[in-house]
Amino acid sequence: MKFVLNGASTDVKAHPMARLLDVLREECGLTGTKEGCGEGECGACTVLINGEPVCSCLIPVVQVESADVLTIEGLGDDHPLQHLFMNEVGAQCGICTPGMIMAAIALGPAPTLDDVKTALAGNLCRCTGYSAIYRAVLKWREMPVANISASATR
Amino acid sequence: MRTAISGLEVRSASSLGEALGILRDDRWTPIAGATDLYVALNFGTLEPRRFLDIWAVNELRDISMNGTTLVIGALATYTSLIRSALVTRQLPMLVEASRQVGGPQIQNRGTLGGNVANASPAGDSLPVLAAVDAVVVLRSADDERRIPITKFYTGYRATVMRPNELIVAIDIPPVEGRQWFRKVGTRAAQAISKIVVAGVRASVPRIAFGSVAPTVVRVPETEGSLAAGANIDEAARVLSREIAPIDDLRSTAEYRMRVATNLLRRFWIETG
Repeated sequence: MKFVLNGASTDVKAHPMARLLDVLREECGLTGTKEGCGEGECGACTVLINGEPVCSCLIPVVQVESADVLTIEGLGDDHPLQHLFMNEVGAQCGICTPGMIMAAIALGPAPTLDDVKTALAGNLCRCTGYSAIYRAVLKWREMPVANISASATR
Repeated sequence: MRTAISGLEVRSASSLGEALGILRDDRWTPIAGATDLYVALNFGTLEPRRFLDIWAVNELRDISMNGTTLVIGALATYTSLIRSALVTRQLPMLVEASRQVGGPQIQNRGTLGGNVANASPAGDSLPVLAAVDAVVVLRSADDERRIPITKFYTGYRATVMRPNELIVAIDIPPVEGRQWFRKVGTRAAQAISKIVVAGVRASVPRIAFGSVAPTVVRVPETEGSLAAGANIDEAARVLSREIAPIDDLRSTAEYRMRVATNLLRRFWIETG
């Protein structure tokens, strides 16, 4: 199976029905992508395929043939959004964080709070209550953060 | 426990002709966005063992007009429906329904044809398609069949599709009247519906419900009573005799009945 992984051509030997999630973690050694629910409900395993966020637990690896796959490792260790998640305390236990960041990274410029909530609607966090996460993402996009309420409505 | 993948066989098709040729010769279960099928795999409840991956059949992704009919390719994703100017103009309630499917990750992979083929009574797009009398276009290597969506389902998770057929498109005839869609789940995103309803307000209204029967259903008696001038209280009583929701892990029959009749009222008030 040949595809582009974090900018580099990759050729992995895997069963075509293997989950992309398992191939990333077990064949490619990239354990930043987490498994949460395994049924597309929590978003913890989010990666980008051709720039679009997807749940890697629901992708048969046969479907990434020739595609461009980006995981949390592809952002490097010094991405501004990672720093903002730390500084704003947008992470506590950390399991949802890579998926949150990968879903947020696909947002276009100048998102409203509602855009951020919609973009992250497929990602569950059981620690932070979401406000700190929304704040981190809005600051990353240099948008005002004044009106974030404590309640998350999406 | 997850289904062991070592016993699974997969073929991939990159054109419709290739896919139909494979289905003519042998029995394979099509996979499109895999968002439903893979959940079954991960939970060990997946029965089929041989799969035909059609994700790369790009000719099934088009959304176009054929005269006054909106033709939606079976592999159009929810994201592409949301972004489509044609769908927004012709069938805005399908855009609304698509926005409420899962989150963006699911919307990027889940397809309209997949939602139809999966045949869940809770499928979010299905009441929309039923309310506008959509037609499911089935193709095999030697034939094409056009089945009204209201005749497509024969029972719980059962359809008239033959093993050698693929859904290639959904045809949407022109819609006169105001469109209305509402999904009630546990939360706004990432929830399977407890009740889902779509309606078109015209001299004869067209109303379809999901999650109240083994398949998506139209409610012709309720539609007829409203068309004949019944007030909304009478129509709600007709509806409560016409549907038979059940208790299951997501909700109770009693709750569903109450919400279904409330949604009928809401539809009537908001489109009046």
